[in-house]
This record gives sequence, C-alpha cells and structure tokens, in this order.
Amino acid sequence: MATITTDGVRHVANLARLEFNDEETQHFTEQLARILDYIGKLNELETDAVPPTSHIHPLQNVTKPDVVKSSYPREEVLANAPEAEAGYFGVPRVIDTAN
Amino acid sequence: MSLYNLTAHALHEKLKAREITAVALTESVYARIEAVEPHVKGYLTLTKDIALEQARAADAGFQKGNDMPPLAGIPIAIKDVICTKGVRTTCASKILSNFVPPYDATVMTKLHQQGVVMLGKTNMDEFAMGSSTENSAYQITHNPWNLGTIPGGSSGGSAAVVSADAAICSLGSDTGGSIRQPAALCGVVGMKPTYGRVSRYGLVAFASSLDQIGPFSKDVTDCALLLNAICGSDAMDSTSVDMPVPDFTQSLINDAKGLKIGVPKEYFAQGLEAEVADRVHAAIAVLEQLGATVEEISLPHTEYAIATYYIIAPAEASANLARYDGVRYGYRTENPADLLNMYKKTRSEGFGPEVKRRIMLGTFALSAGYQDAYYRKAQKVRTLIKSDFDAAFQKVDVIATPTSPTPAFKIGERTADALQMYLSDVMTTPASHAGLPGISVPCGFVESGLPVGLQFLAAPFAEEKLLRAAYTFEQNTEHHRQKPDLSSFLVEN
Repeated sequence: MATITTDGVRHVANLARLEFNDEETQHFTEQLARILDYIGKLNELETDAVPPTSHIHPLQNVTKPDVVKSSYPREEVLANAPEAEAGYFGVPRVIDTAN
Repeated sequence: MSLYNLTAHALHEKLKAREITAVALTESVYARIEAVEPHVKGYLTLTKDIALEQARAADAGFQKGNDMPPLAGIPIAIKDVICTKGVRTTCASKILSNFVPPYDATVMTKLHQQGVVMLGKTNMDEFAMGSSTENSAYQITHNPWNLGTIPGGSSGGSAAVVSADAAICSLGSDTGGSIRQPAALCGVVGMKPTYGRVSRYGLVAFASSLDQIGPFSKDVTDCALLLNAICGSDAMDSTSVDMPVPDFTQSLINDAKGLKIGVPKEYFAQGLEAEVADRVHAAIAVLEQLGATVEEISLPHTEYAIATYYIIAPAEASANLARYDGVRYGYRTENPADLLNMYKKTRSEGFGPEVKRRIMLGTFALSAGYQDAYYRKAQKVRTLIKSDFDAAFQKVDVIATPTSPTPAFKIGERTADALQMYLSDVMTTPASHAGLPGISVPCGFVESGLPVGLQFLAAPFAEEKLLRAAYTFEQNTEHHRQKPDLSSFLVEN
C-alpha cells in the first residue's frame, strides 16, 4: 500500500473541503502515514477470492409506498440555517453579475 | 438508599404502588446531578423543565391507576448524538453548537411513548469518534471510579452519569465499541444490539454500516426493559430489519445449564492486562460452575479488525460528514470570500482534530487510485472477520471476552498518539464488523479500584442468549452492586 506525502495531504484536504496551514499539513502527513503503515497489515491477507461485505444483512432495495406526505414546516427547517432569506437558504454570491 | 440509587425496575414497582411520585424521583436525580456533576461533567445540556413536565404527566397516569409502561416516569439521559426535538443536539462538536433538531429520533419517539423523563444530553467524543470522550469540543468527562481517569468513549457521558447515579439509565451509540467499552470502564451494563435491531433515524450518522443505538443501565433487567422500548423496524431507516422483537424480559433466566460459551484465544493475547485477564477468567469460571460448558475457540482474523475498522469507519464518516457545509444548519465561518472558501473555513474551524483526521483518512481511502487498495480491501477482510464468527456460532451460544484490554486510563495518557487510542477498541471492533449484538457487564475490579467489564457476543438477533448469560452471571455475583465512592461531593438533604 502507498504512503502519503505532504502534497497528497493537500490534495485530500481539498477533496474533503478542509484547509490546513503548513504545520498542520506536516502533522497530518506524519500521523496519516503512521496509521496507513499500520493498516498495511491487511496486505498479509490474500483476498482475491473473497467477496466484500458492505453491511451485514442481505437486504436489497428496501422501498416504501410512494405516498405524498407533508414534510417539516419550512420555517422550522430554516430556523437552523446560518442565513435565510425569503424562505431560502442564504449563501455567498455564486454567480458574478458584473460580467 | 436514595431514589437516585435505584434501578428502573425497582422504581417502577414503587411508582406503580404509588409509594413515590415521578416528580419526587426526578427531583432526587437532579439533586444528585447538582452534587456530582461539577466533578463528573457527564452532561452537556440539562432539560429539567421538560423533565418535570414529563414526570407530572407520568404521575397523572399512575394516579389514575392506568397500566403504565415499565419506563414511565423513569429519568433517563440521552447521548448528544441522538436528535431530540426542540433540544440542542451538538454531537459534542463546535459545528453543531447551535443545532436544534426539528424532529425526534425514532428511539426518542419510542421512549416518549413509554412516558420517560428526559434528564438531558450527555457528553461524548465529537461525532462519536474516540475511545475516551476527550475529543469533546466542550468538556472532559471524568470516570466516577477515579476522577483522574477517562470514562471510555465515545459514549463516555452516558456511561459516567449512570455509574455516578446521575441518571437511572441512558442511551448511547456504538460504532466500534462506543457503548460496551465505556460501560466496562465505568462499571455499568451496556449493550449494542444487532445492527438493524434499532432504528438509526435521528441518530447523527458516523459510519452507517456500523452505527447502532443501545442502552446503559445499572443491571441486566433494566437493559432488557430498554431494549423492549427501543427495538423494532422503522420505515424511516431502510437498514432496520423487519424481524419480530421478543419480550426481552423473558430472557432474564438465572440458569447457565447447557449454555455453550466460547472463549477466543486471540482475545487473551498480548496487550491484555494481567489483572483484567484474571477477572474475566474468574467470571467465566463462575458460569462454568453454574453448568455452562466452556471451550476455547479461535477467531483467527481478530488482529485485522482495527486496521479494517480504521478504513471502513472513516470512509463512511467522510461521506456522512460532507453535509456540514455551513449552509443548512450549524456553524458558519464569518465573512467568507466565496462559496468554496466558506465550505473550507466553516469545516476547518468547526471540526476538531480527531474528526479532521478521520475525514482525511476516509477521503484518502476512497480517493481515485486508492479505493480498491483500501476501502475494497477492508470490505473483503470484513467478510473474513464475519466468517470467523459464523463458524464459531455453529459451535457455541455465546462468546466471552474482556470488553477492554485495560481498565480506564489516565486523562491525557493516549491523546498524543492517535494509533494508540485506536488500539483501545481491539476487543469490540471485530463484533461491530459482523453486526453482532454484544453486552458488557461488570465482572470485578483491579487492585487500583477500577472496574473490569466482561463482554458477551452472540449471533445476529440472538440478544436473548446474551441477556441470559449476562443475567445469570449478575444474579450469582455482587459486582454490579458496587458503587463508586463520591460521598465527599455529596450534600445530603
């Protein structure tokens, strides 16, 4: 199994929408490398013929009747939003109208 | 003996006979909380107004002579990872510091149908990631048996408040051992039901293929009563299993005759403290004397369980925690430059170091080029671990092991070394991979006075066998009657 570099940590942090300063990047690189080294012990096992387990029950495609039901009141849901306006969640401007 | 010392089943008899009121009981528990909480720090939020209202409602039912459910009027604490309508639910994270759920988790709806009294929300490792409750963004919870030690985790608050008699019982959640390990370290009963037994609707998601809600209690009888209340399939959780739920109190049978107990040699290997091994062996011998047959078994893939867990759980967590983006609920950074900057700053400021570590680990394990080598590999090893248990349960009814390789460790002892902390879960994660039910019951003390837990595991949906084994052990020993000495903090009135 591969190990992880500081560049790798920066790449993964971006994927995870996290950001670290140089010191934190260094710290996470060392810690993740150590944990991945330990996880490398799984390579001792031959698993080519072993099927994966995603969860333990043989459940597939559990469905429920397609019935229209009311959802939570909009104002209750928006009450937890950091910013809400006119019945919507508010976010920083995404579309630049100047261009 | 004060009311707060008692079990739910003993209190139910008193409530039913109208010897006591639920309001008096609730006041008694809050007086205890006031006395011990400054030292234990198990609660993040107390809900006394709600509790007294619920207690009055229960009393009204008892006064009318109604046939009240076993948990009516019983004061119970809830881990702060379970959504409670109108009551702040933080997951001990800064990112959810102001989150007030607009709905109840299914387990809360079920408890309210019983008429319970909700005392408050308990401390935990942030998003249930940890083994000591030291990863809380808010406070350190102290083990009532020795305030310089951790209560275990991640449900450390729920375990500590039951141990300190600051709740009659509580709910926690267990992903890799987060109910069983703190139960062991705090000297109380804790059970993780089979994956799928209890609805996860309203349980804030950590690792969705592993998470399960379960009870903490002062004895096995209360454990059965809580299971009766919370188990059952739910249309709101498609992974809850549509299986009949037995009356678990029928499994409270004080008889070990014919019970086949397997003792896996891998759990008594290096890393297990000698005193812990001694207490667990002595406990198994008690059941053998009572007519159980004991045989050594092998679960050969045990040593791979932690490595497997620290791929699967972080991978699922990295996906589940993507929802915390500062848009719909929770914390948002101040003055972000743009949307992407808002996501990154919100998450980097809102999550603590362990949560970031797991998101990083999980994102890496699922990233392009690594998914087969890590996540897929771990899922395959998970199959091997599960197969070990399948084979074992062809031969034995229950498996008996230590719950934790050591008693409670000192606050701060393992925080510097993430991997060392992860290895705390070595006895509990294998069963989590296989979705098995597991229970931890007190089985004695090491010389320093800290409690030791005995873990029983059974095949999926065989909770009844666990309860019988645990109940028989409890009824023939006195360990569960021991209480931590918190008398120096008590102001008796």
